[in-house]
Amino acid sequence: MPDYYSSYGVVLAVVAAGAILVAVAFTAAKLIAPHRPLPAKLTTYECGIDPVGEGWSQSQIRYYVFGFLFVIFDVEAVFLFPWARVFESLGWAAVVEMGIFIAILATGLLYAWRKGVVRWA
Amino acid sequence: MIGQAVLPTPELVFEPLLPELVLVVFAMAGLLYEALAKRTEAVVHLSIGLVGVVLAGGTSLWLWDWDGPATVLGDAVSADRFAVLARLLLLVVAALGLLLGHQYFARSGDEQRGEFTPLLLFATSGMTLIVASADLILTFLALEILSLALYVLTGLTGRRAANEAAMKYFLLGAFSSAFFLYGVAMAYGATGTTKIAAMALALTGTGEAQALAVLGFALLAVGFAFKVSAAPFHMWTPDVYQGAPTPITAFMSAATKVAAFGALIRVLDVAFQALAWDWAPVVWGLAAASVVIGSILAIAQTNVKRMLAYSSIAHAGFILTGLTAAGSAGIRAAMFYLVAYAAMTVGAFGTVMVVSGRGEKRTRIGDYTGLARTNPIAAALMTLFLLSLAGIPPTAGFIAKVNVFSAAIDAGYWVLALIGVVTSVAAAFFYLRVIVLMYMQEPEPAAPSLTEKVGIGAENSATAILAIPAAATLLLGVFPGVIVGIIRDASVLRW
Repeated sequence: MPDYYSSYGVVLAVVAAGAILVAVAFTAAKLIAPHRPLPAKLTTYECGIDPVGEGWSQSQIRYYVFGFLFVIFDVEAVFLFPWARVFESLGWAAVVEMGIFIAILATGLLYAWRKGVVRWA
Repeated sequence: MIGQAVLPTPELVFEPLLPELVLVVFAMAGLLYEALAKRTEAVVHLSIGLVGVVLAGGTSLWLWDWDGPATVLGDAVSADRFAVLARLLLLVVAALGLLLGHQYFARSGDEQRGEFTPLLLFATSGMTLIVASADLILTFLALEILSLALYVLTGLTGRRAANEAAMKYFLLGAFSSAFFLYGVAMAYGATGTTKIAAMALALTGTGEAQALAVLGFALLAVGFAFKVSAAPFHMWTPDVYQGAPTPITAFMSAATKVAAFGALIRVLDVAFQALAWDWAPVVWGLAAASVVIGSILAIAQTNVKRMLAYSSIAHAGFILTGLTAAGSAGIRAAMFYLVAYAAMTVGAFGTVMVVSGRGEKRTRIGDYTGLARTNPIAAALMTLFLLSLAGIPPTAGFIAKVNVFSAAIDAGYWVLALIGVVTSVAAAFFYLRVIVLMYMQEPEPAAPSLTEKVGIGAENSATAILAIPAAATLLLGVFPGVIVGIIRDASVLRW
């Protein structure tokens, strides 16, 4: 089925156009721009502020658990919004199902809370 | 209302999902008990788990005579007897896993973890869901449910080896899930659907978009081969099986294989049945590589759990050998093998648990020297399971091997059957070596860890649990006819 595969040709053309665009821009800059190397240009911030400390810094492992709990309810919201848009046309079954879904997540939160996950000490 | 498209709501028929719903409800009950009870008792956790598994088994049995539609919930869940039989097998393995785990925590000296039962039930719900899944999206979801629970179970004791195993399993498992998902995307591109029944129809006849479909199948095969630990996607198996707590190894070595093979059978024999000529060589290659690599590398192992892990790779190869025969002949052979494999591998790892003692100190093969003197019952059980794994009559392993080889030969793959027979002979060496050590050598004198005894009560109840897989191994070896009829009924996939 040639039509089927040729529709991928558009994707290929976009990828090729993107590559060409970048290549042309960089080559033009290389050819046109003046070339004056300075040690200051190699620092992290060219505006002149010296970086302090390492690029790797440690953060509290507790943030991980909080972030994790946050993501769970963030994703819940992702499911809730489209549901809120259409649940009227789906009827009571949809309301009950979403109730079960939220109840399961709430159970998880209850478990995490009882296990002392949300305590910062 | 702007452009409000009325969604085609599928009719809500939940009965074929009852086993999973029961399992999830009981898993959450276990979690709530762990979270809310002032003092948790291990026995209560075990009871919650067992009641859940038994109820799920009851609802599965009831589904055996399901006369509703073949697939429900928008063609996503299949309600055929194949799913029922696979579920029952998984639930029996789960019950054995719960019992062994209870024993393990009672005696290994590890902290009792209340999460064990809920996680095992969650894993089981994913496994029972995947064998009934008739939509690749649902298959992927179920795969993730079971995998995530298993990653955590692997590292549950927090011992160093367990943590390492969990990390490896997680990283490689996530990687293989990505392959699987990409395969779903490719299959969707080829057929315009993720439902396996519709996929089968789309691939029949026209012969269009074959390349894309084959590519999709190849990526799906990578995902499945990882889960069933078929070579060359087996690298994680020895590390994970060795590092995980032994009852969890017993559970996942048997149950994950049953679940993943159940889903693979649906993908091969329904979704891609029109491409049987394309996938048969792939399955052939995976089978040959698995039996050879599994059997040869097992010879070099010095740790029993690691040896059994390589043996499980070889067994994945034998099951794949049966699946080279498309259609219900291959399904029958593979199903019988899965039942036999589940019995003997749970038994073997269970015996390893009994022998290993506190902190899993005694898992070297050398620790089995003279076991027949110090613990004759464990030695006898281990002998039975090893003979069955080696495929020596009158055990289930023998009948199972005969079935898969004859299925492969009938399908014209006699070279593969020959490879299987030859490697079985080579594999018999490392199984028999352990038996020789147990029976024909004296125990090492006075290593303190060897003379350490667990309480007689604990010893007996752990052994009593192992009587179930032992009985199954013998029964299927002597009277295979007892389940042949059931498997024949279950080998017809409805879609």
